[in-house]
Amino acid sequence: MKPILEVQNISKKFLIQHQQLPYLSFRDKLSGLFSAKEATEEFWALRDISFDVQPGESIGIIGRNGAGKSTLLKILSRITPPTTGRITVRGRIASLLEVGTGFHQELTGRENIFMNGSILGMKHAEIKAKFDEIVDFSGTEKFLDTPLKHYSSGMQLRLAFAVAAHLEPEILIIDEVLAVGDAEFQKKCIGKMETVNKSGKTILFVSHNMAAVSNLCRRAILIEKGGLKKQGTVSEIIHDYQAASLGGNTAQWTTSAPGKSAAYISQVALHLQGTQPSHTLSVKIGIASQSRHKDLFVAYDISNSIGVPVLQAIPKQQPFIKFSETEQIIETEIELPPLIPDQYKVSVWIGEHNTETMCWEKEIVAFEISESPAKGRSFPHSHSNGFIVPNSRIVNA
Amino acid sequence: MSQSHPDTVIEPASRLSFNFRELWSYRELFYFFTWRDIKVKYKQTVLGIFWVMLQPLLMMIIFTFFFGRMLGVNTGGIPYSVFAFSGLLLWNFFSTSVTNAGNSMVLNAPIIKKIYFPRLIIPLSSVLASLVDLAVALILFIIYLFFAPVSINILELVFFWPLAFALSLVGAVGLGCWLSALMIKYRDFRFVVSFVMQVAFFLTPIVYPVSRIDLSFLRYVLALNPMYAAITFFRVPLSTDPLDPVLITISICASIVSLLLGLGYFRKTELFFADLA
Repeated sequence: MKPILEVQNISKKFLIQHQQLPYLSFRDKLSGLFSAKEATEEFWALRDISFDVQPGESIGIIGRNGAGKSTLLKILSRITPPTTGRITVRGRIASLLEVGTGFHQELTGRENIFMNGSILGMKHAEIKAKFDEIVDFSGTEKFLDTPLKHYSSGMQLRLAFAVAAHLEPEILIIDEVLAVGDAEFQKKCIGKMETVNKSGKTILFVSHNMAAVSNLCRRAILIEKGGLKKQGTVSEIIHDYQAASLGGNTAQWTTSAPGKSAAYISQVALHLQGTQPSHTLSVKIGIASQSRHKDLFVAYDISNSIGVPVLQAIPKQQPFIKFSETEQIIETEIELPPLIPDQYKVSVWIGEHNTETMCWEKEIVAFEISESPAKGRSFPHSHSNGFIVPNSRIVNA
Repeated sequence: MSQSHPDTVIEPASRLSFNFRELWSYRELFYFFTWRDIKVKYKQTVLGIFWVMLQPLLMMIIFTFFFGRMLGVNTGGIPYSVFAFSGLLLWNFFSTSVTNAGNSMVLNAPIIKKIYFPRLIIPLSSVLASLVDLAVALILFIIYLFFAPVSINILELVFFWPLAFALSLVGAVGLGCWLSALMIKYRDFRFVVSFVMQVAFFLTPIVYPVSRIDLSFLRYVLALNPMYAAITFFRVPLSTDPLDPVLITISICASIVSLLLGLGYFRKTELFFADLA
């Protein structure tokens, strides 16, 4: 079978003008006629990218900010042409680089469904046939004839998603659109994308959310500095990506405002070790004193990406942290429970007594868990089903 | 599903011709953009369609008073009010559609950056949306003709009016597309456009007949205006003045050249709109 998408040696060059203006102006062009030529620099956003996608495959495109993922998506969506190379697409392609493209605040919900659907490439008859389904999915039937400007942002988002979810191309390109919306709705969308994929459609998915990528895709591509670094199975690529970012699963933080308290947290470094379901979080904190104080307690709070507290760790209180004139480094190991894939933020607290805060640095460092603690689970994880997936088995069978 | 879908090849920009087949396959989107432009335009105004009628009427009254009465401009047999109205009608269509089309790409930049479709749809649909105004003004004009002391040659009307509309459309599309591409590149061009349109108003025989100009050389220069032929044709059924074939030919050529140049420039820059916008 021929690949549904063939990307061959795609490169994209931008010319950077060293005068940082958002757009050219005619006035500058005129004055430029009489002055020396502006210095421009070539910048290759993408270099020699090649890969194939088979029909029915779902591929994740992973890379850091500025790696060239968005440029690649724009080329695949035909928004901007490549400088060299060639892409062959064998089927109807639709791209969702944003939800609600072309939504107009003055038009009603009903009118926007038609406008947006049409921009996304649906035929009028197709939108008509799916209209009820779209309205149902969005849950905005009461407001169909209200101008969009009176919708809440959540409602606008749901309506936009509902239209997008009913696209039926053979190849669907999705940018990080899932990063928005409440947990319930995200679950609905991932579920919808999975059904789309199961029905034989091809999906190209770009995201920073490793959990979403590993849920949806079986294969992935790692883009680094405009080049294709590696392609392979999704777990392999995610592992490589995380290993490459900041030397493993580490994060660091240094204080910028020490404050006036007797002791303060000067720095934090964390390192995530082990694999699912038994991760260990190693946290090093620096404590500096400005005046005499009693022995200190330390506590760590971990919350998830939507800000819900997940757990609190208070290390055994022996030994207490004694006063010291010089900065001392305290190292703590936290055994993590089997957490669902997400980004977790760590807050650090110190005090002389558990009711008296001396210094509390909130959500200063973060770590990401990308694998599911339950091996082989196909049902997506979502915040609405809790954060911990303990090991469980049936014992009487 | 659609097994018959043709392969799409994405390559570096090279073609200079428009892909009209593709444009045709996007006709529904074209319709939606036009429909949106019309809908939004009348939703945002209190006076709505009423304003569209009021504007040419007020302008006609003002010009009739100053030019017709006070300056006594000779219009060759046509009552001055009819003369001014006929010119204003087409000029208003031309100037609004050129201005709207010119701004259209910048206004729709958020869409251009996020999704692909033939970009030409955007300026074309905003020209088309202005046709609604023209239709309203035209109805008003026809009603006015029943009351004005003027004899109309129906045979000439059937031939020359569609020609006049077609020429205005050609001129508006050409200039509109060119400006829309230019404005994506140079945002400050907007100010130039509104000034040029004001000057062009007086360089077009809208409120005075071209026969008022004595210098024949100047007449040839003024005929370079695409709207010269359109407005002259529009007045043929109302007037007994003979047409000047040379001036008309110059003007028609100017329309066609502006269409070709406008579309050509648009096509040349189209591919990079998303990078510039």
